[in-house]
Amino acid sequence: MRCKLLNVAVAALLIPVASFASAEAKTAAMKLSDNTVKIGVLTDMSGVYSDLGGQGAVTAVQMAIDDFKAQYKPKFNIEMVYADHQNKADVGSNKVREWYDTEGVDMVTDVLNSGVALAVAKVTQEKKRVVMFVGSASTRLTDQDCTPNTVHYAYDTYSLANVAGKAIVKNGGDTWFFLTSDYAFGHSLEKDTSEVVKANGGKVLGSVRHPLNASDFSSYLLQAQASRAKIIGLANAGGDTINAIKAASEFGITKNQQLAGLLMFITDIHALGLPTTQGMLLTAGFYWDRDDETRKFSKRYFDKTKRNPTMVQAGDYSAVTTYLKAVQAAGTDDAAAVMAKMKETPINDFFAKNGKIRADGRMIHDMYLVQVKKPSESKYPWDYYIIKSVVPGDEAFQPLSVSQCPLVKK
Amino acid sequence: MTAIFDIPIQALMAQLMLGLVNGSFYAVLSLGLAVIFGMLNIINFAHGALYMMGAFLAWMGLEYLGIGYWPSLLLAPLAVGLFGILIERSMLQWLYKLDHLYGLLLTFGLALVIEGFFTNSYGVSGQPYSIPAELTGGFNLGFMFLPYYRGWVILASLLVCFATWFGIEKTRLGAYLRAATENPQLTQAFGINVPLMVMLTYGFGAALAGFAGALAAPVIQVSPLMGSHLIITVFAVVVIGGMGSILGSIVTGLGLGVIEGLTNLLYPAASNTVVFVIMAIVLMVRPAGLFGKEK
Amino acid sequence: MSRQAFAYLALLALGIALPFFVYPVLVMKVLCFALFACAFNLLLGYTGLLSFGHAAFFGTAAYVAGYAIKGWGFPTELGLLAGTAASAFLGWAVGSLAIRRTGIYFAMVTLALAQMVYFIFLQAPFTGGEDGLQGVPRGRLLGLIDLSRDLNLYYFVLAIFVFAFWLIYRTIHSPFGHVLTAIRENEPRAISLGYDVAKYKLLAFVLSAGLSGLAGATKMLVFKFATLTDAHWHASGEVVLMTILGGMGTVLGPVVGSSTIVTLQNELADKVGSLVTVIMGMIFVVCVLAFRRGIVGEISALYKRMIGARNEQ
Repeated sequence: MRCKLLNVAVAALLIPVASFASAEAKTAAMKLSDNTVKIGVLTDMSGVYSDLGGQGAVTAVQMAIDDFKAQYKPKFNIEMVYADHQNKADVGSNKVREWYDTEGVDMVTDVLNSGVALAVAKVTQEKKRVVMFVGSASTRLTDQDCTPNTVHYAYDTYSLANVAGKAIVKNGGDTWFFLTSDYAFGHSLEKDTSEVVKANGGKVLGSVRHPLNASDFSSYLLQAQASRAKIIGLANAGGDTINAIKAASEFGITKNQQLAGLLMFITDIHALGLPTTQGMLLTAGFYWDRDDETRKFSKRYFDKTKRNPTMVQAGDYSAVTTYLKAVQAAGTDDAAAVMAKMKETPINDFFAKNGKIRADGRMIHDMYLVQVKKPSESKYPWDYYIIKSVVPGDEAFQPLSVSQCPLVKK
Repeated sequence: MTAIFDIPIQALMAQLMLGLVNGSFYAVLSLGLAVIFGMLNIINFAHGALYMMGAFLAWMGLEYLGIGYWPSLLLAPLAVGLFGILIERSMLQWLYKLDHLYGLLLTFGLALVIEGFFTNSYGVSGQPYSIPAELTGGFNLGFMFLPYYRGWVILASLLVCFATWFGIEKTRLGAYLRAATENPQLTQAFGINVPLMVMLTYGFGAALAGFAGALAAPVIQVSPLMGSHLIITVFAVVVIGGMGSILGSIVTGLGLGVIEGLTNLLYPAASNTVVFVIMAIVLMVRPAGLFGKEK
Repeated sequence: MSRQAFAYLALLALGIALPFFVYPVLVMKVLCFALFACAFNLLLGYTGLLSFGHAAFFGTAAYVAGYAIKGWGFPTELGLLAGTAASAFLGWAVGSLAIRRTGIYFAMVTLALAQMVYFIFLQAPFTGGEDGLQGVPRGRLLGLIDLSRDLNLYYFVLAIFVFAFWLIYRTIHSPFGHVLTAIRENEPRAISLGYDVAKYKLLAFVLSAGLSGLAGATKMLVFKFATLTDAHWHASGEVVLMTILGGMGTVLGPVVGSSTIVTLQNELADKVGSLVTVIMGMIFVVCVLAFRRGIVGEISALYKRMIGARNEQ
C-alpha cells in the first residue's frame, strides 16, 4: 500500500511539471485590437510538394509583407508564422486550430495539399478567420465544400482539366487512363479531367490509384500500359509526377503512349529537363517570363532563392498582398468585413489582371495553355514555356451556374 | 494464346516479374531477420532502418564521393554491417539476459532514431538514384519487357540467399554457428568464442539488410520511410514462414512477392493486405508457421 | 480519509483546474493518450503481453465513432459507445488470433494485423483515405450541453478519463486482475492451478482494446477528425513508449509517461521539426537500457530503499 501511495504522490508532482512546461498560456486577444495582423503559412516543408511551396512560399509571403509595409505604411503590425503540415490533414488542421486559439493568427495561406486544405477550411469557418488557398487544387474547396471564409487563389482542378486537358483531347488524345494520387486532390483532378475528356468526345478506359509519395510506380504504370490508352493522365503532382515520368521511360512506355502531366510546375520541368518533357501541354496560372512585371518579381525572388517562382509561390505573394490591402481598406481584421472587401475589389498586380473573387471564394483570372519548349528553342536558363493561348478566367473556371456552393445565389 | 481469363499475358508476366523483384527483397530481409533471431533471439525492428541506410549510403556515396553503383553494392553493406556491430557491442549485448521483448523495444527505438535522423537531413520525399549505365534498357522477350536492372535484382538476391544458406548449412563456420545457436554454454566450453560469433552474426544480418537497400536504391526512391513501409510486411512474411529455417524464409519471401504481384493484377485494392490475410490464415491452421517448429 | 484517496483527489482537483492555465485542447489530448496508455498498460504491465498493434483499436474507434456521429447522425454519447464497442470486437478478433503465439511472435502478429487494419482504412470508402474523416460535429451531451465549446468538452473528456481510470483500477485490484498478474509472473503455474489462461488473456485483450477505443473515439471528438495517423504503427509505438517511460505495471505510470511525451512533442514540434522522432527514439533506447522500471517505478523503488534504510537504523 505504501508504494501505491507513493506512485500517486510522484505522479501528482510530475504531471503539473510536464504540463506547465508548455503553459505559457497564450490565450491571445483575437481582434485587430491587438494591432497585429498575423499570417500563417501552412505548407509542405519537407515532402513531395516542398519544391512547389515550402521554403519558397515562406520567402514569397515574407516578401509580400515587406513590400506592403514599405509601400502602404500600415498602422498595424504584420507578423508571419509558418509550419510544416507533413501532408497530413490532422497535423495541418490541428496546427491551424492551435494558431487560431493561442497565437491570434488571422489568415492562413498556401496549404499545398487538398486533403489538408479541406480540413483547414472547416477549422477556419468554425473559428471565423480567413484562409486563402493557393497550392491546394481541388475544386471542392469552392464547390460543395465552400465556406464564407475561403478564398481559392491560383488554380483548381477544374481549370487544369479545362485548359490543358481539353487541348490534349482536341489534339487527338481521345483515350485516357489515369494514374491518380489517392486523396482529395487526385480524385478531383481525375473527375474533372474525365468530364472534359468525355465532353469532347474522348473515352476514359480506366484508372489506378497510388499513395501520396509513392516509392515505386512500376506496377501502376504496367496497368496503364495494359490499358492501351493513348494518353496516360498523371493526376498527381510534384515529386510523384516526376517519379512517374521517370519510371515510364524505364519501362519503355513512352514509345507507344503519351504521358500528360495534368498539374506540372516550372520546378518539375526544371528537375526533369527539357529532353524528357518537350512538347507537353500544360496549364499555368502564372509564368515568370510572361511580361515585364512578372520578370521583375521573379528576378527579385530568384535573387533570394536561386529559383524562379512556381505559380504557387507567386500566388502566395499576390494572395497575401490582396489580403493586407483589404485589411487596410476595411480598417479591421474581422473575417467577414475583410472577405466582403476582398470580394468587391478587383485584383490587379503582376499575378492577375482584373482578377475578381467570386461569391463562392474562387479567384477568377486568366489561365494559360503552355507548351514545353524543345531543348533547341530554349535560349536562357528557365526558358521553358511557349504560351499557346490565354484562356480568360470566365472560361477557364467552373461557371457559377453549375456550382454546388450554397453561398451562390441562383 | 495471348490472354488467360481475359488478362493479357504481357500484363501477367510483367506483374509476376515485379512480384519476384519485391519477393527478392522480402527474401533477403527475412533471411537477415531469421539469422539474427536464430543466434540472438532478438527480432530486429531496426532491420528496415538498416535497409534504408544501405540505400542512403549508396546514394550518398554517389552524391558526395562519386562512388559508383558497383563499389557501393559492396561498400554500403559493409558499412551497415559495421554499424550493426557497433549497435550490438554498445547496446544489444546488455539485453541478452532479459526478456527477448526488450530487444524488440530497443531496436524499435533505434529504428526511430535512424529514420528521424535521415528525415531531418533529407526530408521524406525520395532521392533519385539512377540505374547503372551497364544495366539500363531491357530485353524485349516478345511476351514481355524485362528491364535489365530488375532481372539483376532477382539474380543477385538469389545468389546472396544461396550463399548464406550454403555458408550456414555446409561450412565449418556455419556448423559452429548452429552449435552456438543450439547450446551456447556447451559451444563456449569447446573453446569457441560465442560472443564474437553473436557480434558477427548481427553484423552480417545488418549487412544483408544494407545489401538489399543498395540493391533497391535504383528501383525505388531513396527515402527515409522506405524501410518502415517494408519491415512490417517482412514481419508478416517471417510469421508465415516460421523462424526455424533459412530456406523457409527465402521460399516464403519469394512466394509472397509473387502472390502480391498476382493480386495486383486480379484485385489491386487487396495487394497491400494480401500478405496479412495469408498470415492470419496460417496462424489459424498452423500457428508455428509453414516451415517453423513449435518451441 | 486515507492518504492515497487524498492524493487521487488532489490529482482530480488539478485536472479540474488545469484548463484555466493551459490550452485546453492540449490537456484533452494528454488525457486521451493517458487513457490509451492506461488501457495498454493493463495488457503489458499486468498481463505481460506486448501488443505492437494497439493503434488499430485507437483508430478503429475513432473512425467508427466519427462515422456514426457524422454519417448516421448518432448522438455524441452513442457514437463514442459505438466506437468503443467496435474496438472491443476487433480486439476479440485480433486477440483470438494473436494469443495463439507468445512473446515476440505475439508482438509481431499484433503489429502485422494492425497494419492490415491500417491498409483497410486507407482504402475503405467511409474513412476518406488520406484525407481522413473530417468535420465530425461534437454535438451536445445528452442533447443539452454544447460540446463545441472547448471548456464544456474538457470536463466531459475529464469525466470519461476518470471513469475509465477507475474501471482499470478496479480491474487491476479485482480477483480477475490477480489472475492476470499470476499469468504474467508464471504462465505454466497459472495453467496448472486450473485457470483457463487463454480465456483470461483474451478477456484482458478485449478490455484493453475496448478502452483504447474509448480513448481513440474521445480524441476524435476533440479534434473533430479521425485520421490514418491514429491507426499508424507509429501510434502503436508511441503508446508502448509512454507506458515504459512512465513505468509499466504501475497504476499511474502511463499517465505520467503520456503527459511527458505529449507535452514534449507539442513543445518540440515547432523547434526541432523531424528531430522529434530522433528524441522519441532515444528516450526509448535509454528506457530499455537503463530505466526499465520507468519514472514512477524508479522513484517508488528509490523510496522503498530509503524506507528500508531507515527501518534498519
